[in-house]
Amino acid sequence: MNRIGLLTAWVMAISACIFLLAPLLVIAAASFSPTPVFDLPTSGASLRWYQRIGTLDGFWPALGLSLQLALVSTLVSLVLGTAAAIAIVRGRLPGAEAFAAALTSPLMMPGLVLGIALLQSFRGIGLSNPWTSLFLAHLVITLPYVARTMIAGMTRFDFTLIEAALTLGCTYRQSVLKVMIPALAPSFLVAGLFSFLASFDNYPVSIFLTDVRSKTLPIKMLQYIEEAPDPTIAALSSLILLGTILLLVLADRFVGLSRMAGTNE
Amino acid sequence: MIAPAPLLPLDRETKLALGLASPAFLILAALFILPLALLLAVSLQGADGLSLAAYAKLLGTPHYLKIIWNSLSLALIVTAISLLIGYPASFAIARAKGHWRSLMLACLFLPLAASVIVKAFAWTILLRSTGIVNQTLLFLGIIDHPIRMIFTETALVVGAVNIFLPFMVLPIFSVVAQFDRRLSEAAATLGANPLQAFLKVTLPVTLPGVIAGVALVFSLSVSAYVVPTLLIGERFPTLASTIAKSYLLTREEAFGAASGVVLLAIAVAVVMLSARFGREGRR
Repeated sequence: MNRIGLLTAWVMAISACIFLLAPLLVIAAASFSPTPVFDLPTSGASLRWYQRIGTLDGFWPALGLSLQLALVSTLVSLVLGTAAAIAIVRGRLPGAEAFAAALTSPLMMPGLVLGIALLQSFRGIGLSNPWTSLFLAHLVITLPYVARTMIAGMTRFDFTLIEAALTLGCTYRQSVLKVMIPALAPSFLVAGLFSFLASFDNYPVSIFLTDVRSKTLPIKMLQYIEEAPDPTIAALSSLILLGTILLLVLADRFVGLSRMAGTNE
Repeated sequence: MIAPAPLLPLDRETKLALGLASPAFLILAALFILPLALLLAVSLQGADGLSLAAYAKLLGTPHYLKIIWNSLSLALIVTAISLLIGYPASFAIARAKGHWRSLMLACLFLPLAASVIVKAFAWTILLRSTGIVNQTLLFLGIIDHPIRMIFTETALVVGAVNIFLPFMVLPIFSVVAQFDRRLSEAAATLGANPLQAFLKVTLPVTLPGVIAGVALVFSLSVSAYVVPTLLIGERFPTLASTIAKSYLLTREEAFGAASGVVLLAIAVAVVMLSARFGREGRR
């Protein structure tokens, strides 16, 4: 690459990083605000908004519901998505490529459209339990993330290792459990992380499937922000961010962020 | 795909593969394909039987055509700006070593963990008339009085690019990181000038990443709902806000469903067009 190209690349990369971090810094700063206005603090700092997180109206049920949905749908998707990825990459599955494309296609799907389509269907079969409908919807949201990551991970896995394990006296089950699963651990981690976040932050699908009593955290947060934006929301988001930073540091140590971003390294 | 060496007798292996794939297939069929078919059916439902009234209203009134154009133009602008920033940035990230690379990748991953709702709200703070952006511009003497940015198209585009940029950079980066730099050096040795080396070598090799990023950012931004709601509001109705309104407020479900079908058709068309463009580009 010539010099001008390289310079452009660096300027763009550094500006992009600053640009991407800007709103996160604002949130972190606002969370320490001593005044009840969601704005950058001008004088002093206070931790009072962190203490108030738990007292937000309907916060604990919403957090509980969102955590449950994200955990359960991620776990189920990990099992089903991995099974499907094995069949696609390795098995003699008729129409494997078309199936792989179909399985990842909900990624490109406008969330609101999926939301109203599911609303119509659930109403059609008389399913009105919000937990079940949200769980089924979040399964459709998370499965494509898992399928995509696991298909990519399996494609890189050297399946002759399983044959080697078989030759060395392992049973088929042992060779899968002791050789394949550990080798694919980074893919599981990445798939699980993206799938969890996709479910935890989902607004456009969930909004059509909740009722007054069961609202997910993003729906509650938009409601708080529209009704009375005080720094409590900023405090809550800062805690989530802090958790993610810890996860990213761990992921970098064990998987490497380059690999998380989809390179072969 | 390379034909796998059989681990189990052939027909057992086919059965196993079908068994492994069937739960995911059932979920996809029951919770994705059938609901979309039902949505199409609902959109064609009139007061008495089959009707195209919802589509006639959507595609035949200037008000709603303007709304479709709003969604389309937002997606086009956001995709173009994200590509202009994201393409060169991916090269720098791919070239960075060790901690620098991890740090820049963390800048891409971290925003994905903050709720879209909260990030959009943070932009309303940054862009308000007393906000940092206005104060910086005043300080630098670029403007002499604060300009109104919040609830304008500028705020919308800035916020949307901010939220969707990682989805452009990540697919491009994953291709660029595997691009062998010696290829463009070889082109230079063989007498290509930098522009030729870029157009004939670098661009075609990295095109699959660009296509993936463009398709992803376009389909995300054409259907964005939270960002326009918080950063521009009622002034800029989109297909997404029309869908939400028809279902949550006015209960015109056939019309909402038709808007959904049109939005889906736009997203699918762009994804398929870009996939085709990618195949032709590789030839």
